[in-house]
Amino acid sequence: MNALLPYLIAAVALIALGLRALLLHRDTLRRLLAINVLGAGVFMILIAAARRADGLPPDPVPHALVLTGIVVAVAATALGLALDRAVNSAATDDDRRPDAGNRGDDNPGDAGRDHAS
Amino acid sequence: MSELAKLLPMALDLILLTSVVVLAALVLGGHRRATGRNDARRRVILFIAFGLLLALLWASLGAPDVALAEAAIGAGFAGALLFAATNALPVEAENKVSAARHAGPAPVGHGLEWLINFGIAAFAILLLGALWLSLPALDTDRLGPAVRTVLPETGVSNPVTAVLLNLRAFDTLLEIAVLLTAALAIRQLGPARAASAAPEGMLTALVPWLVPALILTAGYLLWVGAHAPGGAFQAGAMLAAAGVVLHLTGRSGGGLPSPRWQPWALIAAVAVFLAVGLAGLALNGVFLGYRGASASVLILLIETAATLGIAAMLISAYLGGDGGGDEAGDEAGQAPGAPR
Repeated sequence: MNALLPYLIAAVALIALGLRALLLHRDTLRRLLAINVLGAGVFMILIAAARRADGLPPDPVPHALVLTGIVVAVAATALGLALDRAVNSAATDDDRRPDAGNRGDDNPGDAGRDHAS
Repeated sequence: MSELAKLLPMALDLILLTSVVVLAALVLGGHRRATGRNDARRRVILFIAFGLLLALLWASLGAPDVALAEAAIGAGFAGALLFAATNALPVEAENKVSAARHAGPAPVGHGLEWLINFGIAAFAILLLGALWLSLPALDTDRLGPAVRTVLPETGVSNPVTAVLLNLRAFDTLLEIAVLLTAALAIRQLGPARAASAAPEGMLTALVPWLVPALILTAGYLLWVGAHAPGGAFQAGAMLAAAGVVLHLTGRSGGGLPSPRWQPWALIAAVAVFLAVGLAGLALNGVFLGYRGASASVLILLIETAATLGIAAMLISAYLGGDGGGDEAGDEAGQAPGAPR
């Protein structure tokens, strides 16, 4: 029984949950959250692998990798949210058909505010 | 007694691991077609809790630098970013007809869902098997001793800062460039969100205390990063938090400099980093090559520029667009929350 095993099992569970939600759902917010959960699973593998068993200090290189990963993940999330906002406001602009299926359609107040500035 | 001292951290870690996985399932689970604002907010709040528990777990695994970054950026800043995005979603309707219209795009069919579940399960088992087989390799010490050997030469005594800003400084330069690319792309996508009207009461009253405290904390984290957990990313996230607080209380610029100076603030980090790297190339013949006495000064210079630049990039990302809309600036006495 290895001390790392619980962390690896949890990491694989996070990766599987994230990947499943990413493939299964189509709304942007849930997909972005899924990418973040998937990333957390990868980070967990790296941090667990950095730990040394016999009281030695942990390996700093995976720690630096995860720090980098956290910042890149938040940058990707921010870009995804901004793209979603731009796509939605463009869609509300273009087709105002009632059956357009866009979620901003029946909320003209919201759409109007987007273009006020 | 020593037996208990050994068991207790392990038990704590097992509780944390279980909570993290359960929270992840709650963040991503729920009704398949629910896409309304309240549902999204529930998810985001759970995601913030997920990030904070991850931070505890990183701390318990001996990675305090990562724990700080996870709490400040992964849970705190990303949480604010995601929560702000939920404002654009429609509120769930009470009656069935509009509820159906609010439901998002149809999810995948049941046959495909079954296939996806099966594929993911197979993938998870394979991944776990591969990790199990590589356990002996994971357990051997490789780069750790190498870092400890050259640590006195790097100019800092925190090994994570030494890796980030000296030994693998090139990676960090590219990482900041990734952040800059994202911030520039977001600014191209349209105008920033309007600031919310300044709320009466607690938050507005706290701003004169909260913002200086955040700036002071950022300065402390920046300085202490040389020899203890901390550094430019955590400090930048603190400054960005101050910007978010300002935006929440009606200052639409979020504390960013005037539009004329914004591009300079954004590229400050990459520019100073590149300049130091090129200076190293000219003097020592190695890009980003600095060792010994001058290294600590150069690292502090890079980290200071990186803190300001990261804060500017994160605030830009939070504003979700070109923050340079109001030329006069909020200092000119624009009524908080006035329509722009």
